[in-house]
Amino acid sequence: MTNEPINLTIDNIKVTAKQDTTILEVAKQYGINIPTLCELEGLSSYSGCRLCLVEIRGSTKLFAACTTPVTSGMEITTNSDKLKEYRKITLSLLLSERTHICSVCVANGNCELQDLSNELGVDHVPFEREWTNHTLDSGHNFLVIDRNRCILCTRCIRVCQETEGAHTLDLKNRGKDAQITIDFDALWKNSSSCTSCRKCAKVCPTGAIYVDDDFISKTKDKNIANFLLKRRQL
Amino acid sequence: MDKNKKPTFATVWLSGCSGCHMSFLDLDEALIEIANKVQLVYSPLIDIKEFPEQVTITLVEGAIANEEQLSMIKKVRTRTSILVALGDCAVTGNVTALRNTEIDGDKKVLKRAFIETSDINPQIPNEVSKLLKKVYPLHEKIPVDYYIPGCPPSPENILYFLTELLAEKSPQVEKRTKFG
Repeated sequence: MTNEPINLTIDNIKVTAKQDTTILEVAKQYGINIPTLCELEGLSSYSGCRLCLVEIRGSTKLFAACTTPVTSGMEITTNSDKLKEYRKITLSLLLSERTHICSVCVANGNCELQDLSNELGVDHVPFEREWTNHTLDSGHNFLVIDRNRCILCTRCIRVCQETEGAHTLDLKNRGKDAQITIDFDALWKNSSSCTSCRKCAKVCPTGAIYVDDDFISKTKDKNIANFLLKRRQL
Repeated sequence: MDKNKKPTFATVWLSGCSGCHMSFLDLDEALIEIANKVQLVYSPLIDIKEFPEQVTITLVEGAIANEEQLSMIKKVRTRTSILVALGDCAVTGNVTALRNTEIDGDKKVLKRAFIETSDINPQIPNEVSKLLKKVYPLHEKIPVDYYIPGCPPSPENILYFLTELLAEKSPQVEKRTKFG
């Protein structure tokens, strides 16, 4: 019973999926593009960025595709005008929440936030910006964290905990004041748990965590978590 | 063609590095094509002091950082039919607005520019227009019709935008350009 395939439709395309798969996974298998920022293959899903929101017929609520499991007979819409508009608003809010200045950022040209703004047609931020002045920690030998460029996707926290097993990084505070911390709010150079593995810099979608004096195009590696997960399963 | 029937065209330079104007000049031979289609009536590139009463298209480079610029952009808005935010400073504030991250950023930039880095006679000038407490992208103070992000926007995108606009189509520039 549990292994029976599920039939459903995504954007009017009839698809078949295994039990316990998420909408996002099924969409990917069928080549349907749903924008994401916090989701990363090989890590647990967080559904924090809210970009993968989809509509399910029969519900007025929107669902995060990365954490919603498929059920039989679901009729999913991934790209309605309403969703496009909501995604633009979500991206604009992310851009307004911190000091994102692409022209002076190390990740300029290699940034998922920048690319998505372009892809989804965000040409300006209609909200008043926060212009945050959060702390920057460049005390580590080569890793730098600039919290003003952070979108709180928690990919670094998850890769540090789930893949590296160090759990050096975590979140402190709430809402707009939420920040990535190192150990118990320590400076990076004093961290006793950090293994300097660079995975946080590899998965950071923006320029918030980066390797100093290294080309960002070489530093980034979105596949690292999935790659290591698969190697361990061999 | 009757010269007076051409749409009038202006460019304005607020708080920015002039890079967007440089990018505009990088249209090179395409400038001749554009020049045949419009009448340039006001720009830092030509010597006209007062912004004309009625302008069809105005490209604005730079953010709003001082009182003079604020009154200027309000005047430009009332006298322009299609106002275009050209480049990241006009669209987001960009580098110009980095002082917004500091408390009393306006005082700090003046101190940095005229006291700390001055070799002789360090003093803050009082003849220049007073800085606003914060730097604003255009749309926070006036309605903007089109946005062309980029630092600077590429000449190709400026050309695409102007060509479409002058052909009375509505340019979809947002998918071609990116911030930064």
